[in-house]
Amino acid sequence: MSLLAAAAPVHLGTGEAVVFWILGPIALAGALGMVFSRNAVHSALFLVNTMLSLGVFYVVQQAPFLGAVQIIVYTGAIMILFLFVLMLVGRDSSDSVVETLRGQRVAAILLGIGFAGLVGAGIARATQHLPAPGVEKAQQGSGNIPAIAELLFTRYLLAFEVTSALLITAAVGAMVLAHTEREPGSRQTQKELSRARFLNNPRPQTLPGPGVFARGNSVALPALLPDGTVSEESFATGLEPQEVEEMPRPTGRAELGTPDDALGTLDPAPLDGGHR
Amino acid sequence: MTLTNYLVLAAILFTIGAVGVLVRRNAIVVFMCVELMLNSANLTLVTFARANGTVDGQVMAFFVMVVAAAEVVVGLAIIMSIYRTRRSASVDDANLLKY
Repeated sequence: MSLLAAAAPVHLGTGEAVVFWILGPIALAGALGMVFSRNAVHSALFLVNTMLSLGVFYVVQQAPFLGAVQIIVYTGAIMILFLFVLMLVGRDSSDSVVETLRGQRVAAILLGIGFAGLVGAGIARATQHLPAPGVEKAQQGSGNIPAIAELLFTRYLLAFEVTSALLITAAVGAMVLAHTEREPGSRQTQKELSRARFLNNPRPQTLPGPGVFARGNSVALPALLPDGTVSEESFATGLEPQEVEEMPRPTGRAELGTPDDALGTLDPAPLDGGHR
Repeated sequence: MTLTNYLVLAAILFTIGAVGVLVRRNAIVVFMCVELMLNSANLTLVTFARANGTVDGQVMAFFVMVVAAAEVVVGLAIIMSIYRTRRSASVDDANLLKY
């Protein structure tokens, strides 16, 4: 082992250093952004950023299988699951700024800085001469995936089988937790739903959509009623309603001429010998 | 540039995740911070696999990923059911046992 350690290089190649110094700050920025962004969706996207960088690190560190699994399982499946739950729970369920324990945030950040300093310095000191022999010898020229498979189905076979039990338990548990029990016969028929809608609802029809009769159709633009006033029922939740600009109205048929003139289309329609 | 760089980066990421768990109130974001901590541990495992010259560390990282996937599924289902009963995803609001 000491012979191997003596032969193995301590310093890594330039290409790897370039990858590290580009993606390392990106991963760090993603992690910090995740913790400090108010919006939970932004947090999820920052975390995707960090996880993608880590996936590239795995590939660079001779673990291409893990890199692929990282990108497919973590950034693909798990983060989509997170986003699904975020959208179900509601995007505007953002953090409260009320501190239950006074001074807890400051204490947590100070603790984090201290912990990072201690652990980082300890690791840096303990591993500064750590050789990097690489995993080629363990792979015996057969590649990364056969080497992992060989270990997985020989030495770690029991753990692998227990993992299957864990996964099936998790799937059943998630179904049990997410299931809502409903009394048999308590489901409303279409007739009952329709009655409830028209008898108890002061407004059975749909709410006005955004931007009707206005110059844009953004959700931030409230609808304009035919008399030009803003319809308050069309305000989008969680958005500041903006000023709306009205569409120019036709003032009179005689001034406008053909519909093409009124709309300003390029090709004039052939005149039918009317009042022009 | 040595393997130390990866290990220090993993330590810093782990710390950021831990601080996030302590600081944030939204249960989903707390879960994301836990994921970040698991990921940084994975980076450490892969780095030490390279330092040891074996793929055992990579197999361990693989198992961590499996466990993390199971944990996320159950955890998010719990968050959903808490949200259904209490209309809130904040970890401070799930305090019935206090009283």
